[in-house]
Formats: sequence, structure tokens, C-alpha cells
Amino acid sequence: MTAVSPTLEVRDLETHFFTRDGVVEAVHGVSFQVGAGEVLGLVGESGSGKSVTGFSILGLVDQPGRIAGGQILFQGRDLVQLAEKERRKLRGSKIAMIFQDPMMTLNPVLRIDTQMTEAVRAHRDVSHARALEICREALVKVGIPAPDERLASYPHQFSGGMRQRVAIAIAFLNEPALIIADEPTTALDVTIQGQILHEAQTLCRETGTAMIWITHDLAVVAGLADHICVMYAGRIVEQGPIDAVLDRPAHPYTVGLIGSVPSRNRRGGRLFQIPGMTPSLLNLAAGCAFRNRCPRATAACLEEPPVRAASHGRQVRCVHPHDGPLEEVLS
Amino acid sequence: MSALPGSPGTSRSPAERRPILEAAGITKRFVKRLDLAGKIARRLGSSIHEETVHAVDGVDLTVGAGEVVGLVGESGCGKSTFGRMVAGILPPTEGTLRFDGKPVWRDGRVAAKETALAIQMIFQDPFASLDPRMRVEEIIGEAPRVHGLVPRSGIADYVAETMLRVGLDPDFRRRYAHQFSGGQRQRIGIARALAVQPRFLVCDEAIAALDVSIQAQVINLFMDLRQDLDLTYLFISHDLSVVEHIADRVVIMYLGRVVEIAATEDIFDAPNHPYTQALLSEVPRIELRKRSYHPVKGEIPSPLDPPPGCHFHPRCPHATARCSAERPALREIAPARWSACHLNDGS
Repeated sequence: MTAVSPTLEVRDLETHFFTRDGVVEAVHGVSFQVGAGEVLGLVGESGSGKSVTGFSILGLVDQPGRIAGGQILFQGRDLVQLAEKERRKLRGSKIAMIFQDPMMTLNPVLRIDTQMTEAVRAHRDVSHARALEICREALVKVGIPAPDERLASYPHQFSGGMRQRVAIAIAFLNEPALIIADEPTTALDVTIQGQILHEAQTLCRETGTAMIWITHDLAVVAGLADHICVMYAGRIVEQGPIDAVLDRPAHPYTVGLIGSVPSRNRRGGRLFQIPGMTPSLLNLAAGCAFRNRCPRATAACLEEPPVRAASHGRQVRCVHPHDGPLEEVLS
Repeated sequence: MSALPGSPGTSRSPAERRPILEAAGITKRFVKRLDLAGKIARRLGSSIHEETVHAVDGVDLTVGAGEVVGLVGESGCGKSTFGRMVAGILPPTEGTLRFDGKPVWRDGRVAAKETALAIQMIFQDPFASLDPRMRVEEIIGEAPRVHGLVPRSGIADYVAETMLRVGLDPDFRRRYAHQFSGGQRQRIGIARALAVQPRFLVCDEAIAALDVSIQAQVINLFMDLRQDLDLTYLFISHDLSVVEHIADRVVIMYLGRVVEIAATEDIFDAPNHPYTQALLSEVPRIELRKRSYHPVKGEIPSPLDPPPGCHFHPRCPHATARCSAERPALREIAPARWSACHLNDGS
């Protein structure tokens, strides 16, 4: 961790959904931080709360959900306490988001230049010509050929990969301090995914933007992130530097997740499998949420495990963590 | 050349596999016919013409009995269309497709019921591929009952047995598809395919929609079934790490054509075709940390108007004048290794 204060620090975040059937604790006791120029990988399966965490930071959680506790400190200011008007000023300028489906970001009936200059002029007092100039530069940065022509096009005239680049260009327009990317390459082909990862990586390095990369794909995070948080059932079960967590996973869920990934050194062999399936977050029983699928579970797991520090800078929410290299742990 | 293009060959397969599926020159074209306005415009001298997509363009492939062949490519490369032609869902425009020596297609229809039953397909979306109004026992039991594979009185036991085989609790047989999770639903789809005792499974992105931990469960299930039931798979996927894990041989397609066929170890250790090389270098791997990506340039061209010669030449770092003029043939460059690239002629 860096000595200077991190760009974003989330402390004990609780985002709950108050449904007719009961309270869903979609995010429970989540704490992490990201520094300038760092990439944090937020990994989990569907329903683990990784996207809701991202939405909570932006203040985009819809009814019946709301932030029920905790702090989101962005450059020292607590976003949870901030008035909606102030938050709105931050969104799109200091904090930007890239969604999985670029059509969620782009308006289908407006030309790209209209949409992009609007984003610039909403937050900066510049002339239209200057705004257009900024947009053009942004498109060049993400590797879009013939930017002048592209500025005058509509979103449907772009391919999926091109649209995602435009979405990334828009996210970087106002030189944000933090970008939250929610599965931005999941719908793309392998070669296009490589291109997008390349752009995101270079831009973060160049501009010193902090990035939270939300994904279900451990392999993508492995190649991109500095730190990783593994989420399960609304909780961060393990976090730490990427090498430490992937090479010496401590939480049994992380071990299972890594073991499930087909990898070349286990070609043709049986994949490690986690029995059962993810529990419903509605009226989740007390204790460790993973205990029913966990090979190491004991009576001690009936109480919610606290977050503990483990070796190599990891933090684990488990009573019986592993401590050893992956090969040893998996066998 | 003695072997058919893309045959498993003898040097690599220890058991000398008997070919079970043979595709020769399989082509599928989709034509967008002109509507009335278009026809009138053309009469009046407009340059509007019918648009043709070469979804699959002359694919030759032989699959040996008991083999797992991975078919890999990016969106629009024709891998799913090819799978549908094999599974008897979509008739090919040209070319012959033989299963066990007998033609699959005759006059645009599936030639024999036995073939249709022997080749089954497992679909990507476990939500869209199951009838929401049918109970699980009907979904699994309907086909064997209709085709008289099991006596009417034995259906219930047969369904239970099939459910157990794919890891579903037979107590759930009266439930509807929506009462199951994604992974369980995919198991129902697999049970439905297995119920007619197929010998060949076409899996079209069968695990793409599942969570990582559930993917592992289903991959293990596929490998168990292969052993227990002596199945042959055509495993269609865009996920190279999954294909690497379960396939014996890998077929790489680009814009409707096969560009490379080789044993899995060969293709991953030393890819021959520049497209395969580009594809493999882009695969995110859990062992590779904080890597820098060096992506291949450009996008996949539209299949409506593919580039002439080798389809990959506009994005290929090694392209020469010949590549833009002449279509490279799929040739055997080493025993059981096939590649369609002019660069192999250089030496």
C-alpha cells in the first residue's frame, strides 16, 4: 500500500435491498482501497455483489436498495454523506464508469460528437470547438481510426469493439481520478478483448487514473490488476496483491475458483470443482456464507468469520485459511 | 494425399480412430433476397443487388470415433453454422456430410431418423433452449417415448436414470425449468440430448453462459460422459482455455474457412497460421501477471464482403502480394497438421 492517501477507500460498506420478501445484503462489510495508477480487480460469480459495489461507489443504487452503512472516501470526501447534487458533479468528471454493454452508455439517436461534447461541456467551461478538439484527441488515444469521420457517426454504425472504445474514450474524457469498469470485455471477442485491455492498461499508466475492474474472469484480472478482491455472497472473502492471492490463495473459495479454471498444466485432467451452488442472499443464514460448500468447514464456521491479516499482505475472511502455494493447497 | 483433409491422421492417434463424421466441401450461404422496393429500384437502374453471406466456405473435416474436436473462432466465423449443419438443423448449400459412412442430408432434409438421433446438440443458452411449460420429466422423456426407444411403462425409470447420470436429483422430475439454476438447467439440456442415446454430441458454446465454478462442474461431466458412453464431441467454443483442456484436436476457423487443424498440444505449443498465433497470444491466462497486451490490429471484416485471397491478410503482419490475390489451400504441413497459409510454401 502506498503511504499517500489512496484515491478511493471503502470502509465497511453495506448496501442492502429491502424487498417484499426480506432484506438482501448484496454488499456486506466490504472494505478496500485503490491508489492512483493502480488497478484493482474485483472478482466474483454472478450474484456475488461485485457490480452492486461498483454502483454503490457511483451512487447509482436504485430502489429498493440503498447504502445502509459504511463510508466511501474518495479523495478524502465521504461520498455516502454527499448531497446528490455534489455527487452528480463528480460522476463523469472525477469518477467515470464503463459498462459491459456500451449501448448502455451511448444514446442510439445522437451522433458521437453530440454525446461526447456534451460530456465535456457538462463539467468544463470550454467552447464547442475546444470540446470537439478534446473529443477528437480522446478517440485517437483509444485507437479509433479516422476520428473526424467517426465523430459524425451514430453508435449503430460502429462494431461492438469500436463502441466499447468510444465508451472508454468518454470515460477518460474529463481525466477522472477513478474509473469503474464493469465487465467491459465480457461480450467481446478474444482479439478485440486484447485490444481493449491494452488501451485500458496504457491509459491508466499514462494518466495515473485509479481503476476498479469488475469481472468474473480470473485470467483477465491476472494480466491486468495490481490487487485483487474476491467476492462471495456480498462479502470480500479474500484480498491482497495479485501474485499473493493467485499463487497462495488462503480462502477455500478462492482455491476452488482458481482450481476451476482450465489451465495448461492440468490439460485433460479433472478440474477441481466446488460442490453445490451459490446461496440465495435472501435471508442468508448466519455464519460463513461459504460453509455449506466448504471442505474445511467446522462448527466454528457457524459464526461469521472476521477479516484477518494473513502472510504476503493478504486479508482473509475465514477461520480455517490455507497457507501454502497453490499446488500444495489443490492436491 | 491419402488422408482426407483434416483427418486425424495415423501418427498422432494411437488407436487409429475410425472416422465417424466426414465433411467435404461444406458450404453454407445465406442470401438476403431483395424486397419489392429493392426489385423496383434495380429495374430503374439502381446498383442494388442481393447480398450473400458465405457463413461457411468449403470446410473439410473428419472426426474420428471417440474423439473430442474443438472448433474455435470469433463471432461470425461460421462455427455455429457448421455445428448446426452437422446436427441436422440446417441443410448445407453445398458439400457432403457423412456420418458413419451414410449421408446426413438428402434433398435438404435429414436422410435418416437414425442419423438424426445419433447426433444431438447442446445449446449455449440454458434459458432459451428449454420449454418453460414442460416439466423436466417431459423434456427428457418426450423424445425416447416418441421414438419408441423405451417402453411406455419404463419411461419414469429411464428419466430418473438419465437425470442421475448428469447429476440431477430425480426427485425434481416434476419441476419446471425455471425452478432450476443455470448450471442445473444446462444439465437438463444434456440429459435431454443423452435420452435418445446419441453417439455424437455437438456442444455449441455449451458452457459459455455459466459461472466459473459451475463451468468446471459441467466440463467434468462432459469428460465423464465421454468415458462412460463412448461419445464423440464437436466442441464449439470461443474460449481457448476450455478447448485446450478438453479437446484432442483443435480446428480454427476465420470468416467461414478453416485456417488450421492440429492436435491440441501442437497447436498450443507451436501455432502455425498467423491468425492462430494472434488468437493464442491474446488469451488471458491466470499464470501471466501484469502482462502487456500486443493486440492484433483491426477488426474482423464483414462476412458480407470478405477480403479477397486469404481472409486474414488485412490484419496479418506477414502478408505479401500473393495473400491478397490467391486463396491459400488447407494443406498438410506436417503429419496430422493442416494449415491454410501461403507462408508455408516459402521454404
